[in-house]
Amino acid sequence: MKYKKVLSTAMAVTLAGSLLAACSNDKNNNTASPSASATNSPAESQASQENKTPQEFRFTLASEPPSLDPALMTDAQSSIVASGLYDGLTRLNPEGVPEPAIAKEWTMSDDGKTYTFKLRDDAKWSNGDPVTANDFEYSWKRALNPETASEYAYMLFYLENGEKYNSGEGSADEVGVKAIDATTLEVKLNSATPYFNSLIAHYTYWPVHEASVDGKPEWAADAKTIVSNGPFLLKEWAHGDKLVLTKNPDYYNAANVNFDTVTISLVEDETTVYNLFETGKIDWIGAQAGVVPLDVTPKVLSEGKGEVKEIASTYYYLFNTKQKPFDNVKVRKALSMAIDRQAIIDNVTKANQTPAYGLIPPSIGGLDGTNFRVLYPDSDYFSENVEEAKKLLAEGLAEGGLDKFPETTLLYNTSEGHKAIAEAIIDMWRKNLGVEVKLSNQEWGTFLETRDAGQFGIARAGWGADFNHAINFSYDLIHPKSLNNDGKYDNQAVGKALDDAIVATDEKARLDLIAQAEKTAIADDMAILPLYYYTTVTMKKDGFEDVVSDYAGHLDWAFGKKTN
Amino acid sequence: MIRYILKKFGFMLVSLFCLVTATFVLMNAVPGSPLQSEKATSETIQKNLEAYYGLDKPLIVQYGIYLKNLVQGDLGISMKKKFQAVDKIISDSFSYSLKLGLVSVVTSVVAGCVLGIIAAMYHRKFLDNLAMIIAVIGLSIPSLVLAPLLQYVFAVKIKAFEVAGLNGPMDYVLPTIALSATSIAFIARLIRSTMIEVLNADFIKTAKAKGLAGHLIVWRHALRNSMLPVVTFLGFLMANVITGSVVIEKIFAIPGLGKFFVQSVSDRDYPLIMGITIFYAAILMVSRLLADIAYVLVDPRIRMSGGKGAK
Repeated sequence: MKYKKVLSTAMAVTLAGSLLAACSNDKNNNTASPSASATNSPAESQASQENKTPQEFRFTLASEPPSLDPALMTDAQSSIVASGLYDGLTRLNPEGVPEPAIAKEWTMSDDGKTYTFKLRDDAKWSNGDPVTANDFEYSWKRALNPETASEYAYMLFYLENGEKYNSGEGSADEVGVKAIDATTLEVKLNSATPYFNSLIAHYTYWPVHEASVDGKPEWAADAKTIVSNGPFLLKEWAHGDKLVLTKNPDYYNAANVNFDTVTISLVEDETTVYNLFETGKIDWIGAQAGVVPLDVTPKVLSEGKGEVKEIASTYYYLFNTKQKPFDNVKVRKALSMAIDRQAIIDNVTKANQTPAYGLIPPSIGGLDGTNFRVLYPDSDYFSENVEEAKKLLAEGLAEGGLDKFPETTLLYNTSEGHKAIAEAIIDMWRKNLGVEVKLSNQEWGTFLETRDAGQFGIARAGWGADFNHAINFSYDLIHPKSLNNDGKYDNQAVGKALDDAIVATDEKARLDLIAQAEKTAIADDMAILPLYYYTTVTMKKDGFEDVVSDYAGHLDWAFGKKTN
Repeated sequence: MIRYILKKFGFMLVSLFCLVTATFVLMNAVPGSPLQSEKATSETIQKNLEAYYGLDKPLIVQYGIYLKNLVQGDLGISMKKKFQAVDKIISDSFSYSLKLGLVSVVTSVVAGCVLGIIAAMYHRKFLDNLAMIIAVIGLSIPSLVLAPLLQYVFAVKIKAFEVAGLNGPMDYVLPTIALSATSIAFIARLIRSTMIEVLNADFIKTAKAKGLAGHLIVWRHALRNSMLPVVTFLGFLMANVITGSVVIEKIFAIPGLGKFFVQSVSDRDYPLIMGITIFYAAILMVSRLLADIAYVLVDPRIRMSGGKGAK
């Protein structure tokens, strides 16, 4: 009998424990109140009364934003959330064109090196303080401060002495940004940078509120301590679970903000995301905010339930140009020409990707509203031609003193998708060229280290846009000095063209130089094996307008609305 | 008993120390770094980051600093989830895993016992076969298959439950079934076989001869004796289930600890890897200790070694 009592007591304790745990957690969820609730104005309730349709937007992210501190952000997840919370000097519209935001207007000096921004005087922080030029000066210098340890500090290296300060040699006072008065910001650059007004829309250039940030590195990890200046306020951040944003009634452009509540759930599993959409629990999938599962993509597209949109990312393979046989240009060309890219898109990737024969994706801007790829098509860089490829391979191997294709490995980071593509490609090489290439996959962290160290023959790679300019896809990938040039491609002519492009004063001349460098690197040298330009498949519930995938393939939702 | 527990506790501390050391060494030996990203960063930025996180110091110094902080109860700050304290990440996510885990443990034990008892009492009859068929199905379908199946059938098609999340009591149903299926089956089989054995033992025959009612025999004598292996298994089950299942948490979008553990390893988030490993180990050790103690309580024949006997 005694033992029975013990058992039943134990049982009771267990049950009580689980109940207690349940209670305490509910409490936690409720206590996450917005820092701005104190400043709530009647405007919010009025706005929601005008619209009969409840203005709520719900989507998912696969993982939690690592940070909502603009200086520390590095990824798409963070930027999708934070683009609703902060407002920079300019803001990119979905086409990637900068529009005035906190900056009303600006002037540029004749040499293109000095910008003077005139700030609007009605912008406020979520705690009621005005947004001033001093905030921008503080924030940019903070991101450059070596002690802040910002990974994206290099986005600010365009500023005079920015890099010097970040390397610990210069001082903050030397950095080329200065608040002349509360609404005037003067910026000095190292060289003329015509895409600067688009750069300042990037999150590394967003302002933070000095008094809430200084000496409190943990300020951006909690909804209660985040002070922001954008169209939305962070009401709740249940780590690992969800984020809830509400309309900022004090936003200067609040009249154009429609959503009252935006709920972002953190859901990793693609099928679960799709099921949530099918059962009406979320309103959107795609553009880095959830992925339409590959097995349902063809069905979704054929039934017209989804849309395909080009995004600014390129999928390619790197050749280790310092290793035999890939040091020979004919071998590289042969391998590239023996691939049927459209067949891979139709049978493996299945989301209407665009075959890539160059580096710069179609959605990257060019001149006067015409995209770069339209002005400089990549279709004549090379052609897929098996016979020609066979001939080139034989010649290339002979030139390299090889009697047969040596044993090589194609390295990719572990993923079903990358594996399927790699298998299709080595199969094409086997059938078309009689070449055997082995596959090897590594977990992400290991893969990056191996690729960085150049320990590969061929390796998978992908590149997405940091800002909307072709230089972002050329300088970074093929310049001999670029740290991202892992294939160690080294053509001084390409380097020179890109160096000239950076300092060119005329935009047309700049783009000509970039196109020339790209053409040399691919058509002449086949430094990199381009495969396709990414697309994103998006699905949205009926009635939502102006929620779209932007040029880079990130969900842009801040000014969306629901119409029925 | 007290001395026994103290001794066990001492062993636990030594094991934890070994574990911390081994994890620290292995973690740093694996290629990759928490500061690595796909886009290369310049040397100055890399230097700033390393200095900030103390990764520029020699490994042995980093180890010393970590131990010093650990002794003071400081698990550090995550390197990837910027400025979130590791102990907060663990306590937040563990509350989800614990709740779901406890519900599953209770479900497993109750359902497992019921199935097992039925099977034993109707040995070699229809109900026995039925219970064992259910058990075999439960054992052989992995949660990786069962969870999406449950989700598709009951949430997407029948719409009786939510697809994902843990917001109300009903949301526990599907993850609990997916999480408990294997252990229900395991416990049922365990109970069945020991109970069949116990039911044939002499003392049960005596009880029957005494004229004790059938249900009393099962409840008071047979079940308690059959519980022994279950109690042993329970220690293991508790530790296993409350620390969170990666698969179930992923499919039902539950922000539990299992998810963070896997993510911390692929992120090379050193402080988070260390924190969760230590936490897991501590949970495992404590559950085993509790199982040992429970063993004594259930079966007075077992005496704690070194003690004067349990009471």
